[in-house]
Formats: sequence, structure tokens, C-alpha cells
Amino acid sequence: MDHIRLATVWLGGCSGCHMSFLDLDEFLIDLAMKVEVVYSPIADIKTFPENVDVTLVEGAVANDEHLHQLALIRRNSRIVIAFGDCAVTGNVPSMRNPLGSALPVLNRSYKEIADINPQIPSNDGIVPTLLDQVRPIHDIIKVDMFLPGCPPSAARIRAAVEQLLAGQATGLSGSDLRFG
Amino acid sequence: MAVKTLTIDDQLISAREEQTVLEAAREAGISIPTLCELHGLGDIGACRLCLVEVTGIAKLQPACTTRVAEGMVVVTNSQRLQNYRRMIVELLFAERNHICAVCVANGHCELQDLGLAVGMDHVRYEYLSPQCQVDLSHERFGVDHNRCVLCMRCVRACDEIEGAHTWDVMGRGTASRVITDLKQPWGESQSCTSCGKCVLACPTGAIFRRGSTVSEMERDRWQLDFIVTAREKKQWII
Amino acid sequence: MELPELHQIAEKERASQKPIRLRICVAAGCQSSGSLAVKKKLEDTVKEAGLSDKVQVVGVGCLKMCSQGPLVQADPTQTLYAKVDETQAAGLVGAVNGGHCHCATVDPNDPFLAHQFSIVLENSGLIDPERIESYIAAEGYEGLYHVLREKTPTEIVETVIKSGLRGRGGAGYPTGLKWALVAKMQSPRKFVVCNADEGDPGAFMDRSVLESDPHRILEGMAIAGYAIGATQGYIYVRGEYPLAIKRLQGAIRQAKRLGMLGGHIFESPFDFNIDLRIGAGAFVCGEETALMASIEGRRGQPRPRPPFPAESGLWGQPTLINNVETFANIPTLIRKGADWFSAIGTEKSKGTKVFALAGKITNTGLIEVPMGTTLRRIVEEMGGGVENGGTVKAVQTGGPSGGCIPADKLDTPVDYESLAAIGSIMGSGGMIVMDQSTNMVDVARFFMEFCMDESCGKCAPCRAGTVQMYRLLSKIREGRGTQQDIDMLNGLCDLLRNTSLCGLGQTAPNPTLSTLRYFRHEYEQLLTDSTVNGQLPKHPANTT
Repeated sequence: MDHIRLATVWLGGCSGCHMSFLDLDEFLIDLAMKVEVVYSPIADIKTFPENVDVTLVEGAVANDEHLHQLALIRRNSRIVIAFGDCAVTGNVPSMRNPLGSALPVLNRSYKEIADINPQIPSNDGIVPTLLDQVRPIHDIIKVDMFLPGCPPSAARIRAAVEQLLAGQATGLSGSDLRFG
Repeated sequence: MAVKTLTIDDQLISAREEQTVLEAAREAGISIPTLCELHGLGDIGACRLCLVEVTGIAKLQPACTTRVAEGMVVVTNSQRLQNYRRMIVELLFAERNHICAVCVANGHCELQDLGLAVGMDHVRYEYLSPQCQVDLSHERFGVDHNRCVLCMRCVRACDEIEGAHTWDVMGRGTASRVITDLKQPWGESQSCTSCGKCVLACPTGAIFRRGSTVSEMERDRWQLDFIVTAREKKQWII
Repeated sequence: MELPELHQIAEKERASQKPIRLRICVAAGCQSSGSLAVKKKLEDTVKEAGLSDKVQVVGVGCLKMCSQGPLVQADPTQTLYAKVDETQAAGLVGAVNGGHCHCATVDPNDPFLAHQFSIVLENSGLIDPERIESYIAAEGYEGLYHVLREKTPTEIVETVIKSGLRGRGGAGYPTGLKWALVAKMQSPRKFVVCNADEGDPGAFMDRSVLESDPHRILEGMAIAGYAIGATQGYIYVRGEYPLAIKRLQGAIRQAKRLGMLGGHIFESPFDFNIDLRIGAGAFVCGEETALMASIEGRRGQPRPRPPFPAESGLWGQPTLINNVETFANIPTLIRKGADWFSAIGTEKSKGTKVFALAGKITNTGLIEVPMGTTLRRIVEEMGGGVENGGTVKAVQTGGPSGGCIPADKLDTPVDYESLAAIGSIMGSGGMIVMDQSTNMVDVARFFMEFCMDESCGKCAPCRAGTVQMYRLLSKIREGRGTQQDIDMLNGLCDLLRNTSLCGLGQTAPNPTLSTLRYFRHEYEQLLTDSTVNGQLPKHPANTT
């Protein structure tokens, strides 16, 4: 059997979901026999490849680069999984949404509390532009499975991954759906 | 005491005539999701989660305010009801800023539990992300409107059990807010007795004890039940 | 008071009338086009010309063709003068006194007038709404006299049942049945409530009745009170109707003075009082349980039914709630009898219905037609079709709870069942005509915005659902919607209809559903198939 081509992506989030993924411990070894990691923030691969079987997306959609990434991810992946609360709900990054735009947050972070040289970072094409509203990824692309939690526990990640390995991505249920 | 016999989810059940469908179902071990209902408080049928199908009645009926009747046939968990319940819970999640990960009630929240009960893996509706205030003017308690679901349990606990009627609701539609007195800061309320019954009643992290941090807000809801039972039946049972 | 005294008042009133009368509309519609100034001018002109013995200027209620106001009708010729302004006063007074004037007149054979059949509006435009004597001269309160002196409450309930009258507030529940239910309840205290919280956009039927003929409502309520055994009535009228409130207050005062309200009415053992309660501008207070909460001084929010008001209403007592137009039917129905009434209209919908014609229609105004009249007759013949020669695209009935009826269904007769069958409702009588320039998604969005703003916030589906539906409709209208959004919209329509606590939420989807049903292509034309719909915003740093 060919290896499953797995990608993991880190958008607007804290990387806690990826940390939790590493908590899979020895199951990671079993997993390594069956999957090939073709893209991940913990692997040194620069461009998102083609023909990916499964992509785990951590983080909310917070800037314009995330929009472009998601379009590419959806185009090149058979199954996209919203990985963790930020991807599923927007979660902590979305707590700035009631402010209406990104500007109050940028002003606060880069001007009001700056020690030296207060200015909002800006460099077209290099520094991504923050979106006015942070959104869950299913707002932007079709999502095939939701894996909530902040972060999802290793056991919950394993439950989801095992479904995928068995070729039956029916979705989680019961207490595995708890947000937070 | 007159007894009525009815069928709930194909199960033959006997109930006292003053009981509601919800009470009868619970006694028989059939669980119906609820949110605005809390034992000891008057029922208002507002959250619409406990709606059930009653044969012979075209409209869905709230189990919490519908009395049992002889020969009644009730379905509590059809596919249609499950769909409606999930939609309602999603609408509630989308309405305010429910960020479970940073909430005092995380893990002890009835809204969160409802998400599981209705199988909600994500919210299909647009998050409204309203601007909501947090009132920390009271020395012991706080209210965070980001987490309020407008179940009006605090209003009823304060009015019906404590008798203070500090809480009420202002505004309409999604702009509705629970308020203390005539929208004075809670700490300046003249009527509040600081009894904390609203804290016990709140299903989410909206009303909380100050100083609690993420996941710390457990509530001894039985205390409300204890007071009501003691008052109405003169029984001091824990 | 005995019958001869009542007749005496009527006689005296008739005798005081001058041979020539100029009846000028002083209801809100014509007042807004300046009828009070015209009335003053007419009065001055009559006085200056020394015609005071011969010509009389009388302020009356609605003369119906509101778009032609200020309206003046002359007796005995019945000539109806339109758009009368102050400069025409002299000419008009001259004309009725044998001269000639260039005032515009309305052809009495105009279909707008010719097809009307008045029960509710029988006195509208004829009597002075501010004088009880004027109502009495039009046989007012005679029905109440005969009821109290010659009939049993049961006979009255039976008459109403037999007449086939159904609630004019919109739902069409048989009025007599409702009366019978409350009459049957054993309780020392019962209440009669008149719902005058007319809130549908574009509806002004009840306002016109209250402003034109307030005593009719008092009489109807008193008869209802006698029939069901109540001694106290409340009229819940919205605060946005100051003129109606003023006339009702005046009417109640006059009726009390003459003994038509108060203790031992017409020397019978029957006591009945009526008080006003003024609404503070919440649409939901038109819902009966919310209305009662508001009368009791509580937050105007609905509660689950049962118990219905007939069992447990105001302060837990049996309460009869009817709409203004329902009560307005009662005095005539009682005076002329159930058989007379039930001969009018269709098999299941008896009597007449008042409609407020509004929108892109030539003759804006008030009409009363027998049930079963077709929409086409109302819109095209009586209403004169779309203004400036356009064509009808749709007719909206029932306000935010109703639906949009497409032009090809104009042959539908107006009765409760026929309108429901095509996805609308009779409603309280608002009828808004739309021409080809109207975008139907806009219409759906307008009504959804209304419901969103008016949702009381108590039940979750209505409170949190209407706002989502409004956003979906906006998204579609702005060209950002997808097929998935339409599916989601449909899902929410189904949810609200079946799970909302009260009628507001249950019917809020109707304008959306009916436009989706008949004008789906207008939605589909606006859809986008883009899957990535996030727009790239400007960099905030660039905008500072």
C-alpha cells in the first residue's frame, strides 16, 4: 500500500495543536509506517505540494496570505481537516472581531505599547495584511472533517487519524466534539 | 393525585397530572435537551430546545411547559427535532462571543454540553461578533455579556427565589441584555443582596465568581433546588 | 337612558344639521395634506359670506381616497372634491351654494368608490368622530340598547357564531367561538381587550377606524363584555397614533357622560368600563400574550400558549382579545342580524374586509370590499393599477407575516383560505402593490430587517435566527451569495416557522418563502459561484 500523503498547516494559531500532535508519542511511529509527511511547519518544505491526501489545518484565517494558502490547500488536497478550535471556530484570534477591524489591534501592539520606533509593519508582498475579521476556515473553503479542541488532545487526534487510516472519515462524536 | 398514562418515545409512562412532559420524561430516564429550564424556577419555554412532537398537535410543543395528558403520544428525538436543536445551538454560539478555550466555565458549561448533545462539530452560521461589556463592579461577582445566552435564569432566580428582582432584560432582539436594576453597574445596585443565586443559575460563564480563571467555575446548582424544596415541601434534603 | 331619549338625541342632532354640509376629512391622512387649514378657511369663508344658516362645515373621518386628499364631500349633492387647498375654499363654498368652481372632483362611479361595501366604514366620512351625538344620529348605541334590554348573553354569542365573523387581526379564528369560550369560563372577573397595536408596515385600517368612528369600537366592546360577562375593557393602542388616542379618550369621556359606559348602562344591571393602554412602539405587543404582559405593566414579551387568553389572560383571568376591525363589525352585525351578515362574502369568509392600499398604486387609500373580491378587482379596477402606467409585479398582503403574491395570481379571491393556499395570509389588511422596478430580494430583506429589529429577544430561534436570515439576504442581494446560502436560508425559514415561540417568529419567514417560491430566478440571478469569497482588504497601515 502506498503511503498516505499527509500535510499539516499552521495558519493563525499558537501551534498548540501541532504540539498536541507530537503528544501522540509512540503512535507517531505507527503513523510513520503509513503516512508520508509532505508538508508541515515541522518539516522543511517550502511550497505546498500537489496530490496531498490529507491536510490538517491549524489556526484561524487572519490575514491575506492565509486566504491564498487555503485556496491552494483545497485545490491540492483530497481531505481537509479543520484542526483545533482556531480553525473550527476562530477561537482566540477571533476575539479581536468585535473591534470591527484589525487597526485597533495593530495600533495597540505596534504603536501604543511600543518601546521604540512605533509603527505598523508594512511591506507589500512580504508582510501579510491582516483581515478585518478573523474567520474559521470553513468560511473560506470546504472542510471535510472537524477536529475541535484547544488544543485537541492527543487521544482525540488519534481518534480522527484512525478514522482516516481506516478510510472512513465519518467525523467525531460525543465528548470528542467539545470545544475549548 | 390523578395519574396520566402517556407514551414517550415508544415507552409507556405514568405521570402525575400536574407534571410536565419534561418531568415525566426525565423520571423515565429519557433525556431532552434544555437550556432555559432549571429545576426550581418558573418555566418560560424560551430556548425552544426541548420542543417535542405530540401526536395530534400540528405545532411542536415545549416539553417544559406542556402538561402530560392521558393517551398523549410524544416523540422527543426525531431526526427533524435533532436538526432543529443543532441549528438552535449553533445560532446561540454564533450570536455572542463564546470562546470556550478562555472561559471560566470551560468544562462546566451547559451550552458547551449542548454542543456535544446535538453533535455540533462546527457552527455553520456567520459569527456575529457583537461588542459586549464586562461588568466587574460587584465586589464578588462579575457578568460577561459575551457569554450570555439570554436564558433569563438569573432573572428568575433573583425574582422567584431570592425575591430581589435585581436582574431583568433590556433592549430587544440580539441587542437584548440582562441588566441589574435600571442598568446600573452591578456593584451599585441597591436591590442586589449579593446572595449569588444568579451565579448558581447561570448555565454558561456569563455570571461568575470573581477571581475564577479558565475552567474553574463549577457551580453547586443543587443549592437552588435545596432552597426550593425546603420552601415548598418543608423538606431539608441534600 | 331609555330608547326615546336616545332617539331624541339623534333627532336633535339631525335637526341641527344645515341644508348644505361640507364634510371634510380630518383623519390623519388628510390632516397630513393640510385638511385642518382648509377646514378653517372653509369655516371662515362660510361666515364671511353670511351663509352660516345654510352651509355647515363638518370635520369627519376618512373619505377613503387618501391619495386625493384633502377630500371634501358636499351634502346633499354627494359631490366629492379632491385635493382641495385653501385658495379653493371660496370657490367651493360658492359652488355648493349654486355657483360654479374649478375644483377637481372624483367621479362617483369611479370603481374605487363604486365597488366598496361598507360595514366597518359605514360611518366613516359621514359622522363627526369627535361628537357622540353624531354617532347616535347614525343609529349608534341602539344595538347596545337592544342587546342589554332584550337579549341574553348567550343569544349574543350565538348571533356572532351564526354570523360567521372571523377575527380580522389576521389569523381568522371564528369570533363567535372565541366569545363562547370566554363566556363559558367560570370566573368573577373577566376582561375584554381591543388590540389596536396595528404595526404592519403600510397598514392603516385600524387607525382610520379609530380616528373616523371611535364609538363603534366602544359599542362593540361593550356588547362583547355583556356577552362574555366582563365588566372591564382595555384598548391597547400604539403610541404612534396620537390622533386615534385623542379621539378614543374623547369618545370614552362622552360615552361615560351619557351613560353608555360606566355603571348600569341603559338602566340595565350591566356595568362596563373601558380604559386605554398606550403601547410604547414594540411590534411584538400586537401578539396577544405580549400585549397582555404590556397591559399588566410588564415587559412586552409573549409566553407559550396554552394557556390561551380565553382561559388565563390578563392577571390570570379569562380574557377576550379581538382586533379593532372585529369589534367594529359588531354593532352593525347586531343591529342587522346574523343572516344579513352571513349573506355577505364567501362560504367560509363572511362579511367584508378593509384594506389599506399602498405602494406603487394609483389610488392609495382605504377600501372595504366583500370577502371573495378578487385581488385583480382591488388592485387594477379600484386601485387603478400601477401609477404612471406601469404594470403590477406583485402584491404583498399581511405585512411582515404575509407573502408576496405574483401578478399571475391576481385572480385569487381575498378570503382566508385562498390567500393561505398561495403562500400569503389575509393579515390585518395591509396591501402593498409593487411594480416591475421592485427587486424581490430587496422586499424579502426589508421585511426580514423589520422582523429582526422587532424580535423581542425571548426565544432563541427568532432572536438569533432573523439576524442570520437578514445577513444571508443581504449577502445574496449584494451579489456575494451562493446556492449554499439559499439552502441555508431555506433551512432557517423552516426552523423559525416551526420552533419560534410566537407568531412574530413563526411567520417571519413568509415574505422570504413566498419570494423564493414565486421569484426564485431573481435570487439566482444574484448568485456568485466563487468558492473563495474572502475579499482582500486594504492594508490598515496604508489607510492611516
